[in-house]
Amino acid sequence: MNTESRLEKILASGELAVTSECGPPRGARPEKVKEKSALLKDHVDGINVTDNQTAMVRMSSFAAAVIIKQMGLDPIMQMVARDRNRLAMQSDIIGAYAFGINTMLCLSGDHAKFGDHPMAQGVFDIDSVQMINMVRRMRDEETFQGGAKIDGAPKMFIGAAANPFADPFELRVMRLAKKIKAGVDFIQTQCIFNLDKFEEWMKGVTDRGLDEKVHILAGITPMKSVGMARYMKNKVPGMDIPDSVIKRLEGVSKEQQPEEGIKMAVESIERIKEIKGVHGFHIMAIEWEEKVPQIVEQAGLYPRPKV
Amino acid sequence: MENFEPEIVAFCCHYCAYTAADMAGSKRISYPSNVKIIRVPCTGKVDAIHLMKALEKGADGVYVAGCLAGDCHFKNGNLRAQARVDRVKKILTELGWEPERVAMVNMSAGMGEKFAETAREFTETIKKLGPSPGKLTGNESKAAS
Amino acid sequence: MITAEQKPIQEIIQYIAPYGRILLVGCNECVTVCAAGGRKEVGLLASALHLNSLKQGKTIDIKEITLERQCDPEYVEELAPYIDGADAVVSMACGCGVQSVAARYKTSPVFPAVNTRFMGASLGQGVWAERCKGCGDCVLGITGGICPVARCSKHLLNGPCGGTSNGQCEIGPETDCAWRLIWERLKELGMEDRYEDLMNAKDWRPGGAAGPGKIIREDLAQ
Repeated sequence: MNTESRLEKILASGELAVTSECGPPRGARPEKVKEKSALLKDHVDGINVTDNQTAMVRMSSFAAAVIIKQMGLDPIMQMVARDRNRLAMQSDIIGAYAFGINTMLCLSGDHAKFGDHPMAQGVFDIDSVQMINMVRRMRDEETFQGGAKIDGAPKMFIGAAANPFADPFELRVMRLAKKIKAGVDFIQTQCIFNLDKFEEWMKGVTDRGLDEKVHILAGITPMKSVGMARYMKNKVPGMDIPDSVIKRLEGVSKEQQPEEGIKMAVESIERIKEIKGVHGFHIMAIEWEEKVPQIVEQAGLYPRPKV
Repeated sequence: MENFEPEIVAFCCHYCAYTAADMAGSKRISYPSNVKIIRVPCTGKVDAIHLMKALEKGADGVYVAGCLAGDCHFKNGNLRAQARVDRVKKILTELGWEPERVAMVNMSAGMGEKFAETAREFTETIKKLGPSPGKLTGNESKAAS
Repeated sequence: MITAEQKPIQEIIQYIAPYGRILLVGCNECVTVCAAGGRKEVGLLASALHLNSLKQGKTIDIKEITLERQCDPEYVEELAPYIDGADAVVSMACGCGVQSVAARYKTSPVFPAVNTRFMGASLGQGVWAERCKGCGDCVLGITGGICPVARCSKHLLNGPCGGTSNGQCEIGPETDCAWRLIWERLKELGMEDRYEDLMNAKDWRPGGAAGPGKIIREDLAQ
């Protein structure tokens, strides 16, 4: 055990882990963070706090993670390479750890072009792989990226993302291997809708024995409507939505689409549970956090183990 | 202004429009004397600066007459000319001048009637636009110098 | 080459509005090749400025000169005979040229007529694309001759990110994913195994993080 992270303990116990996420509000409204997190509290082992997701300014992931921590819950602080250089990253990591935040996710970040400040200069001082390596060295070697010793090293359980659906597909297992080499502990994948392709990717992962070196949490997103499915298919980069998903949602009335979407999410979890190397689920219910408990329960992932 | 007779420069390709002008002459098809023809070996030889200088020197309108699409004697001189005309139109727009003062037209050597018609239409267009903006400010002498 | 694009004419007109005698200076190097500030463009801009002054009812005197290289003092010196006859200088060179002229002729205002864009290569007539960021520590030797610093929208040294779609960058289908190109090239070269080498965090000092760059060649400098 490297850290005090609840997620690490769950994963070490061999149980399937469950995480979800909370997008911080676009304003100084701490109650919003509390409301969203309260919906999730009994049903997940960690709550991802997104970092200016889709390059839109929001309450900082650090601040929102502190609010969640102070509720006695377990935030997973996301950090993107787009908005901070290595100095800012390391000071935020130390600061977060000082508040008891012990789990984080290292990401490149969506390009600023997509957000509400497309004129901003992206930082990209280091990339997500280098960030993983930096956080691991801060923890294991107690040194800053620049080489100096840390007095009070932050012991972070280190996560990263993987998108099995972006191309070139053949690189996607190799890139995971690279993140493992850099020192990542767990992976949360992009939302999985194309299960066949996910299975193919996982086969590549297990063939190389990478599943023994990293915990993979499969990304699950319930579709609220056929409109959302079409939007994600056409507008969200790196998303793979098979036509069968859209057809199935089209097959039911508009009122029934949310329920059908949840049913599909639960079915996906049931199928993915059988895939070797999957150690948990990351449920991203976009602006639909209240449905996460239902999904967790219906998928047989409730109650959550005590560690 | 009702007696305004525009000065118009037409850069005409030797292989088409210039021959068409000849044909118009020999067939006694009349066209406005406002149009001053400059013969060029190919409209591809006409650069943006030539159109600009014509306007600078006091022309009220300038057009380039080249071969029909696909018929350029030098493959794509007429297409290059079109691109340059478009560029000058953009410059004029930026300056607040009417972009219609420059134009590209295409015809073949046998189209004497088309040559005359083009000359008439373009002269009409420029008459409607009025004198070059460079002449409206008492700068005529300078413009012509 | 260094690429540039002409500024909107109205912006240039604003700069020179108070002045009657303009020295308009082009450059025979990069900006000539990218058709932004060579002799031809100097002529066209001069003509456009003349048309504008005709419409305004003003007179403007423009002296057109195109130097061999505007970023080199020995060529910039060639402006000396004309500088006193001008109220202002308009430079069509890249930012290096504009500053070289301004440094030499301290009493004349020097205005830029182009926006300097990037270091790029020609992809065909009239098309230029960024190829180098001048990072000062070239990685092309290990990335199959394709630069991730200049050509990946996130400058990722361990790409590609998860936003690649049909081999194109997430910022849009008109931009190739640099890491897709790198991967294809490594495969062609039989160097696939190199892909999994971790590339360490970059030292940005040689590319400008340490302050304005300067090269002094002891054997050449006097």
